Amino acid sequence: MERVPIQLTVNGQSYQVEVEPRMLLVHFIRDVLNLTGTHIGCDTTSCGACTVLWNGRPVKSCTVFAVQADGGELLTVEGLERDGQLHPVQEGFWEEHGLQCGFCTPGMMMTAVALLQENPDPSEEEIRKAISGNLCRCTGYVNIVKAIQYAAHTMRETVPAAAGIAEGE
Amino acid sequence: MIPAPFSYRRAASIEEAIALLQQYGGDAKILSGGQSLIPMMKFRLAEPAVIVDINGVPGLDTIEEHNGLLAIGGLVRETTLERSPLIRQQYPIIADTAEVIADPLVRNLATVGGNLAHGDPANDHPATMLALRAEVVARGPSGERVIPIDEFFVDTFTTALAPDEILTEIRVPAPPPHCGGAYMKFERKVGDYAVAAAAAFLALDEAGKIARAGIGLTNVYHKPLRAEAAERALLGQAPSDELFRAAAELAAQAADPTSDLRGPAEYKRAVARTMTLRALQKALSRARAA
Repeated sequence: MERVPIQLTVNGQSYQVEVEPRMLLVHFIRDVLNLTGTHIGCDTTSCGACTVLWNGRPVKSCTVFAVQADGGELLTVEGLERDGQLHPVQEGFWEEHGLQCGFCTPGMMMTAVALLQENPDPSEEEIRKAISGNLCRCTGYVNIVKAIQYAAHTMRETVPAAAGIAEGE
Repeated sequence: MIPAPFSYRRAASIEEAIALLQQYGGDAKILSGGQSLIPMMKFRLAEPAVIVDINGVPGLDTIEEHNGLLAIGGLVRETTLERSPLIRQQYPIIADTAEVIADPLVRNLATVGGNLAHGDPANDHPATMLALRAEVVARGPSGERVIPIDEFFVDTFTTALAPDEILTEIRVPAPPPHCGGAYMKFERKVGDYAVAAAAAFLALDEAGKIARAGIGLTNVYHKPLRAEAAERALLGQAPSDELFRAAAELAAQAADPTSDLRGPAEYKRAVARTMTLRALQKALSRARAA
């Protein structure tokens, strides 16, 4: 079985591993790196539970091969917290009760992080459009939108800290 | 779901990619955005022995206007397209199309070239490119050839591309004066394929009559469909609601949808008619504002 060496950075840590070409990025993240915060939902490019940031862009990691990420940079939900401090998006989901079962939450938060890096003051419509590739079957989205608005507000209020995260430090 | 095993080759240049396609022939498949290919491989509807990844090939991700043409590189991501000021201002029909493809996460990877080369009549760019009379640039072992869009779509999942050719660019004629276009898609939910969708492009002459008309339909035929009779009915006429309704009816008659979970054939035909009408109305308002 062909194996391909890849080198990539995940949550700031560098990895050099060999993978089978057909290994999906989400399986690499969960089964090789043991970062199980990234969930597998539909496995058919629909639900967004597996969303991670690949070179800063949110993508569905069930629809990328791990070999494609060679030389790249990934951010998963485990990489959001810094020094015991929740990322403002995580804090927002906590404060605004942006979840019920929590299954969609890691993917939803990764999409929100990417949105707020590009657009620090999104309208409700822009938020809803940005998360339209992430499905939630519990909340009806109302509190998810509030959570992202909370995060946007917090990040605008605390510019220096938020800027550090946006640049990946 | 796990795809069947395959060999992975990353091409550093277009020449290398073509050489790999020559070497492996029909066993090889190009990986562009992968947002259709990888799901098909997971379902084992596709089991290519070799994947040729062209994402590292330089020069395929530009959007430029030159020599009276808009040139969109095959590797341009949908997100890039929908945000491009040039596209939004000069080619709003293309921005309309890009922003209703799949969902924002998929659009971060999905490419224009892939959307066309996949040959899926449910994909959105084909109808728009038919309406715009675009051309597809293909590179192969003997160089480059330009394929008119009318000759590009052969059948479901089948295009005019040879197994050793790569779609490198889409060329769209620069907009004439007083023109406008629009894409209207009816979908059950974000991320779904269209129940039916229509692209319409109109150019008006000095007297305000229709000098050019293009209508393309999505997901209502075994391949992307240009509604030729509807286009002919519009030419030389003064735009009117009655005229547009007649053209939309002709477009609906050209459609031959199949009944499935998105609805029975007659319903889809009706949706195609309504989408065509709305696309024509929006195209006209843009043409008059231009």
